Amino acid sequence: MAALLALRDVDARYGPIEALHGITLTVDEGEIVALLGANGAGKTTTLRAISGTVRRSGSLEFAGRSLGRSGPEAVARLGIAHVPEGRGTFAELTVWENLRLGAYIRRGSLDADVARVLEYFPWIEGRRTQQAGTLSGGEQQMLALARAVMQRPRLLLLDEPSLGLAPLVVAEIFRIVKELNSREGTTVLLVEQNARISLASSDRAYVLEVGRVAVDGASVDLAANESIRKSYLGY
Amino acid sequence: MTALTRTLVPGFRIRNSWIVPLLIAGACVFLVIGSVQSSLFAQQTVSGLANGGIYASLAVALVLIYRATEVINFAQGGLATFTTYIAWQLIDWGLTYWLAFAATLAIAFGGGMLVELVAIRPVERRGNILTIVIASIGLLILAEGAVGWIWGAQVKFMPSAFPARVFHVGGVAFSFQDVGTIGVSIASVFVLWLFFRFTKVGLAMRAAAVRPAAARLVGIRVSWMLSLGWGLAATLGAVSGLMAAASPSVLLQPSMMDGILIYAFAAAVLGGLESPAGAVVGGLSIGVLLNLLPTYVDWVAPALLLPVAFIVMLFVLLVKPSGLFGRTRVRKV
Repeated sequence: MAALLALRDVDARYGPIEALHGITLTVDEGEIVALLGANGAGKTTTLRAISGTVRRSGSLEFAGRSLGRSGPEAVARLGIAHVPEGRGTFAELTVWENLRLGAYIRRGSLDADVARVLEYFPWIEGRRTQQAGTLSGGEQQMLALARAVMQRPRLLLLDEPSLGLAPLVVAEIFRIVKELNSREGTTVLLVEQNARISLASSDRAYVLEVGRVAVDGASVDLAANESIRKSYLGY
Repeated sequence: MTALTRTLVPGFRIRNSWIVPLLIAGACVFLVIGSVQSSLFAQQTVSGLANGGIYASLAVALVLIYRATEVINFAQGGLATFTTYIAWQLIDWGLTYWLAFAATLAIAFGGGMLVELVAIRPVERRGNILTIVIASIGLLILAEGAVGWIWGAQVKFMPSAFPARVFHVGGVAFSFQDVGTIGVSIASVFVLWLFFRFTKVGLAMRAAAVRPAAARLVGIRVSWMLSLGWGLAATLGAVSGLMAAASPSVLLQPSMMDGILIYAFAAAVLGGLESPAGAVVGGLSIGVLLNLLPTYVDWVAPALLLPVAFIVMLFVLLVKPSGLFGRTRVRKV
């Protein structure tokens, strides 16, 4: 089976600074893949290269179509939901408006999607009219996920969902991501600092080092390999 | 800025959230009591509100663009004048007033979008706010110049939509002109509010204005939302221009909106620049203030009204830079 997402020799740059030097990776339909590595290794930039929020070159294919020069609006329309660093919450708008924006690219009734989202995040029901910026960090991260679910993506890009959150909240978020993956069949590409939890919840992982793929393999194998754990993942 | 406020006006800081509603309620009570006491006061208040409606619709147009680009659009006045001349032309060709009114709003909408595409988008790519400001000043001059070139510099007579009669309420005479102007201005702002509040495109425009990067990630074409914003702002500007041209105190000439643009600035600043509701309240307040002051304060001659608007702006910027309705954004991490 052809990969859902395939990156070959992808470079990306911020002005004169090249942040990715030839990243090659694939994500198959239905997988959860983790991108690991230290700060500045290029994890976030890889996600940005996919969603088109950074200038990139090389070959990027999604479901057989080239992402080539597509900007973020066009990539979103292809079925890729990117939950960026800082969650991309519309803090000035209400919780409900944030959800509606998630389904912006689709026409027709949202009732079915809202019902589905409320199954995963029942607390949202009572908070519809609250301004999103006044939610707690964990709630904002969940709202960002909920918004992505409204988009009905084939591929979900998650950037550091654990950032700044309490361990219990992180566990809850990863549980929901796994459930989305198994119940909805959503493919997930996940960037994380927390190597332990992301290896535990993913099928495969890539370890990045200064803009290149250093190691990759099944998450179970990486977690079991002590030398990789010690030298790249720091635990 | 708060530190500056403290040193300039010791011991006087407006911070509590109830002060603004109290201020507005107080002003309303003052106006109502005054109107009951004196018929002159009542008439002056109503025609002040009519002028205020004209300022308010132009001020809301300024706020729309400011929220999306953080730029004061100086061209707003010139574009409003241009569209008003189009309405004059249509009426001159034999259209009825309201048909010309509707056609002008449609033309203004398309024209506003076109101006954004042709004049603003290319300079906006450079990403420098000052460049956009200069482009908008250039547009102002261009629009007024074009009006003079096409229609000439002499004053034109613009008919009014409303009968030149008065009606009496409790012994006080009110003109249809004033009441109609208030109605049309408020109604157009209200329709716009409904659009932003209840439609998908309106929501997308708000999202694009507050978080452009996040908006693109959910598939919103932010640059088109910006064009749309210019179209809507130009439409509101056209309403303002049409109402102004029909007012007996304003003459239809190329510089018609220059003064009104300043009052609209003052209104937008008073309301907080980010808030359409604030711009409406600001516009009505400025309109009433500028009508009552020369009536009751001897030394405020009509020629001094422009300085009064500047003093209001300066006062707001010194004491409460975020205006009546502006608020510090709530954000939690």
